[in-house]
Amino acid sequence: MTESQSQASPAPALEMRGVTKRYPGVLANDHIDLDVRPGEIHALLGENGAGKSTLMNILYGLAEPDEGEILLDGEPVTIHGPSDAIDRGISMVHQHFMLVPVLSVAENILLGDEPMANPIFLDRGVAHTRIRELGRRFGFEVDPDARVGSLSVGWQQRVEILKALYRNARILVLDEPTAVLTPQETREIFGVLRQLTKELGTSIIFISHKLNEVLEVADRITVIRRGKVVGQRVPAETGEEDLAELMVGRDVQLTVDRGESTPGEPVLVARDVRVADDRGREVVHGVSFEVRAGEIFGIAGVAGNGQDELVESFTGLRRTISGQATLLGRDITHATPRELHEAGVGFVPADRHRFGLILSFPLTDNVVLNDYHAAPYARGMVRDEDAIRERTEAAIAEYDVRTHSATVTAGTLSGGNQQKLIVAREFGRDLKLLVLDQPTRGLDVGSIEFIHRQAVQRRQDGTAILLVSAELDEILELSDRIGVMYRGEMVAIVDAREADREEIGLLMATGGKVSVEAAIKDMSTDLEQAS
Amino acid sequence: MTAAAPAAAEPRRRSPVRRLINLAIVPLVAVVGALIVGGVIIFLSGFASGELDPTLPFQAYASLFKGAFGSLRGILFSVLSATPLILGGMAVGLGFKAGLFNIGAQGQFLMGALGAAGVGAWVAGAPGIVAISAAVLAGAVLGAVWGFIPGALKAWTGAHEVVTTIMLNFIAGALIGYLITGPLEAPGFSFSRTGPLGNAEFPTLFGTSIHLGVFIAFALVPVIWWLLWKSTLGFEIRTVGANPDAARYAGMHPALITILTMSLCGLLAGLAGAGQILGISHFMNASYGTSVGFDSISVALLGRAHPVGITLAALLFGAMRAGSGLMQIEAGIPVEIIDVIQATILLFLAADVVVRQALRIRAPSAEPDELQTVTKTYGSGTPV
Repeated sequence: MTESQSQASPAPALEMRGVTKRYPGVLANDHIDLDVRPGEIHALLGENGAGKSTLMNILYGLAEPDEGEILLDGEPVTIHGPSDAIDRGISMVHQHFMLVPVLSVAENILLGDEPMANPIFLDRGVAHTRIRELGRRFGFEVDPDARVGSLSVGWQQRVEILKALYRNARILVLDEPTAVLTPQETREIFGVLRQLTKELGTSIIFISHKLNEVLEVADRITVIRRGKVVGQRVPAETGEEDLAELMVGRDVQLTVDRGESTPGEPVLVARDVRVADDRGREVVHGVSFEVRAGEIFGIAGVAGNGQDELVESFTGLRRTISGQATLLGRDITHATPRELHEAGVGFVPADRHRFGLILSFPLTDNVVLNDYHAAPYARGMVRDEDAIRERTEAAIAEYDVRTHSATVTAGTLSGGNQQKLIVAREFGRDLKLLVLDQPTRGLDVGSIEFIHRQAVQRRQDGTAILLVSAELDEILELSDRIGVMYRGEMVAIVDAREADREEIGLLMATGGKVSVEAAIKDMSTDLEQAS
Repeated sequence: MTAAAPAAAEPRRRSPVRRLINLAIVPLVAVVGALIVGGVIIFLSGFASGELDPTLPFQAYASLFKGAFGSLRGILFSVLSATPLILGGMAVGLGFKAGLFNIGAQGQFLMGALGAAGVGAWVAGAPGIVAISAAVLAGAVLGAVWGFIPGALKAWTGAHEVVTTIMLNFIAGALIGYLITGPLEAPGFSFSRTGPLGNAEFPTLFGTSIHLGVFIAFALVPVIWWLLWKSTLGFEIRTVGANPDAARYAGMHPALITILTMSLCGLLAGLAGAGQILGISHFMNASYGTSVGFDSISVALLGRAHPVGITLAALLFGAMRAGSGLMQIEAGIPVEIIDVIQATILLFLAADVVVRQALRIRAPSAEPDELQTVTKTYGSGTPV
């Protein structure tokens, strides 16, 4: 079906033919064919580590292909490096923005291609006018003099896109652009992308592993698995199940079969817990709830409503101002991380790079990160490297962490595998309580499915699980009971079987306050606190 | 299927030899580059005498090498000059591993020297083993105290160690001036100095200048290596240095580790100071001058904050120091050219990224700890 369409369509703006890239022991790209038409949003879908990034690095001149060719407007080209790529109209917006936070928007955009008024001084005037023009045209006018560091993540991404537009990009590569955005910001960016393709005829390569987004924004979808193109689809003729199966290579259950919950005694009991954020402001105002053995208690809420601070107070990483938390009757309000670890509390932190892993350390050290001091990994002060290695290799095998060695650094793993490593560490022992803070953020379908299954498995084993997620779908799918956080308060606790998606969404957005007056009052309190 | 899964993001297996080359290449380039820069300066110095002699740099370096390694005396002097730099280098390098930039090795060295000179003179009449132990211990403890203070200030108040250790360097200098012209001044000398050490002097090996301190320094190299990579404490130090938040998550106490590490750094630098007093100068005067503390920073950077690397770097610096005398006599090149070469080495090291790009060497998967510490600690000032 796509055959007839492609014949009717104009010549591709970009064509990659038979691109192959080998790394020692790994075939990263195996004869990949990709064609992108002018004005098309072409999604490149694949799990973490499927070879999407390698392919784009080849396109951007960061890696040289072993075989295959690249054609721009039908002309074969060799791309020698990023500056060469930029000259040919290829621009890339990386997942981790390549912006200098202390420089202004204009300075960031001009960086590397500064317009000179004379040999010594920059010509700012012309550049500022063009930046404003471009911004106005696409509905995101940004002050060229604003410091990039002071912008929100969503706006920083717009600066990245502006940078590409400023350089007259004809082919724009976006690497996981929505990973850091709120749903609202995601919708806005999609609008911008569509406008770009329509008005400027820009071709966009959209790299993602989020099925719903790809279906929403793409004109065509190419799916890559293990370095090979495994299929091409148009959104109208496919669905999430079909794409997931292509991507993972087997039938994927997007929803985990949870079975019946048989909750036992209360494990974690929180009574009137108050917690402050990093700046010392109270952001959790007296929250009470309990999590029972063998149940998953999900906390829903728009990010920044105190959920992260609340769960961190149960892990010893954040001090509780007042109130009490008990674990099986024992007071843990002011327990240290080590005491909690020893009491059987597992914790998968929201920020895995900040808390969960030490990226410059080998997998071995990361697997025993909170057990390093105890037998069998250490006797007295002496570490037992054999025991550590054995444990690591067992964890790698059991939790399907894709790596060929236990001694590579954690930073070299893909995001999904990094999270699996943390899960292996935290799940792989006797637990009473498991705290999961955004356990699947930024992960691919296969990893999400795996982690969800593991969580449900632990629940069947009788572990109490406290789950926080910004994805309401994840909460609804896994939880037995759901607490909704709004402005530091738990405004409702509902049984998941009776939960209504719309109702919870409304609670998350308004806290159940229906009057306009109440909402305005909340806003003015926010303003006072901010100033 | 775990092992066979091909994936672009998967790490490449690299042999230990390649990793070693990748680690050592920039220090090697720095040394060679600095020698070339030094050679050019030596060549240009011919302007002063009116004739440019292209062989002059080679003559100078030949004399330098001969002075350092051409005789047993030269070799021993090289080792002797390297000794305080090994300890001082580890005092700075250990700090790097914990994410601390210890600029205070100088002050810790001076306090160690003061402790050894003061207590050594006091116990001069005791039996050798007692006198030596007391003097060494005094130096180690005073050095450790000079490390503990900035460690505690950082842990408890967030005061940045770069600032506090520099302040403590000055305080140490002033304190020495006061004590040696006052309470610790020995009577009967034409200038202000501490008393004779008597039995607290280090014994030397077969009439050479190699003293007990040399053996202590070299013995501590494997000890520090073991501590860093084989012990739980070393794991805690490295974890706190790499990621203090993850250290807290892992149940460690970053504040405590910071204090402990700084104290250990001070102890090592203090030992270096004690060794110089007990083994070489045998007394301390009010204006005791040294650059060991600052050279130690260069040594730690050149040695990649690794005990073995530090030892090699210290030997290089020691050899240049030892050979420079003959170079001055034979080639007429002032010994100060050594300072130029050492400073140039530091410049090359600081320009790690530039050097790698110029040589097209792939950067290691993570920035070296010591450079990370240097760049990260400046201006961040976040309390642990």
